[in-house]
Amino acid sequence: MQYRTKATVMDGEAISRALMRIAHEILEANKGAGNLALVGIVTRGATLAEMLAARIHEIEGVTVPVGTLDISFYRDDVAIRPNPEVHTTNIPFDVEGRDVVLVDDVLYTGRTIRAALDAIMDYGRPCSVQLAVLVDRGHRELPVRADYVGKNVPSSRKERVRVLLEGHDGVDAAEILEVEGGE
Amino acid sequence: MLSSRHIIDIRDLTTDDIMSILDTAESFKEVNERRIKKLPTLRGRTVINLFLEPSTRTRTSFEIAAKRLSADGVNFSASTSATVKGESLADTAATLSAMACDLVVVRHKYAGAPRILAKHMDAHIINGGDGMHEHPSQALLDLFTMRERAGRLEGLTVGIVGDIAHSRVAGSLVPALRAVGATPIIIAPPTLMPARPDVLGAEAVTSLDEVIGDLDVAYMLRIQMERAEGMPFPSVREYSRLFGMNETRLAKMRSSAFIMHPGPMNRGVEISAAVADSDRSVVLNQVNSGVAVRMAAMYLLLGGEGGGGAA
Repeated sequence: MQYRTKATVMDGEAISRALMRIAHEILEANKGAGNLALVGIVTRGATLAEMLAARIHEIEGVTVPVGTLDISFYRDDVAIRPNPEVHTTNIPFDVEGRDVVLVDDVLYTGRTIRAALDAIMDYGRPCSVQLAVLVDRGHRELPVRADYVGKNVPSSRKERVRVLLEGHDGVDAAEILEVEGGE
Repeated sequence: MLSSRHIIDIRDLTTDDIMSILDTAESFKEVNERRIKKLPTLRGRTVINLFLEPSTRTRTSFEIAAKRLSADGVNFSASTSATVKGESLADTAATLSAMACDLVVVRHKYAGAPRILAKHMDAHIINGGDGMHEHPSQALLDLFTMRERAGRLEGLTVGIVGDIAHSRVAGSLVPALRAVGATPIIIAPPTLMPARPDVLGAEAVTSLDEVIGDLDVAYMLRIQMERAEGMPFPSVREYSRLFGMNETRLAKMRSSAFIMHPGPMNRGVEISAAVADSDRSVVLNQVNSGVAVRMAAMYLLLGGEGGGGAA
């Protein structure tokens, strides 16, 4: 199925501002960065986690540990889904007792986050797990909500929401895509 | 997903398939280093280990792999299988099919047995070693270990030393090496060389010392001591002197070269104890890699055929 861009809902500046706001919100909610760790869900969530860590350092002067999490093996649709490209999980710190902020690009059905929660628990027992997403597009299928949201983007199930990041795509943007030739 | 439903011959796999298995195994290797070495990935799937020939390390490796992926594993050994009561392989296949299993790992003393099972079953088949034919999962874990140690596969020169004529390990390893751009050389006395080494697709050499300086990897095959009486060489001692890996030979190899062995080792025959226990030997890495590679093979075979997806 071919998709075309229907609308750009966030440009580079909007993403940068949203990440700065989320960084402030995280610091406020957790009373600083002392017990914080960020875990980005690969691939773009991992990049966003690095971007958030840089802003937290800018605000607080603290280097927050950052890990990456691949949830491929925790998905609930392995049996019906072609194998996704697998990436290596790298959590170079002990999650035990930490306030872990999961970071992802788009929150949709909540199934990725359910898988990420299972995965993170296999590394230890965090004090808390919070969720930061750049875009929340709705259509939840599980009782999952984000603690920190860059932008709420109402969308149709027929559409796709795509986040582009400079490290991967050469540009920072969030777009709604529609099926080529659709109504 | 892999391009083949089964892993019976290494030639069932494309180069992309092989690399996909190795890359996926990297992730499983990380899982095997965690405190909790278990994933929910294959929950609800049934894996049968049908080992109709003695095996410890391969069967255990597959068993651990299935358990770590949360699959339901059932083991049949030669003694517990109805084949000892005269059941044909086709009937065994029909019986296992009726149990609605998803994947069968089979080891059999007869070459071609896994192919017969595949013909009579809907389940995916992994060949855990069939007669003197192939042992593809061993070749895959060997490639993984080589890449891990050398940082590459392309351009490696790998000497496979020993009973090439009867070796299913060599039967899989030679084409696997060729598929990834490495150069296999088979090294054996003429009596242990296949009648048509060119069919295997590797340069054949009858003197280890002649090529030892050119090798990046020396892969020592096990001399089957249980068959030593009927072995086509004068004595085990002589074989060891001419084709065994010892410290003197190791010193003639490149400083980056390393030693492999599929196990179990006959210390003092194809490999000396000093070499086996040295830091130039990656024998235990091979065992360690085995679980991760077999997890990857199971995962990629049992992955879905349809769309769907979470977000």
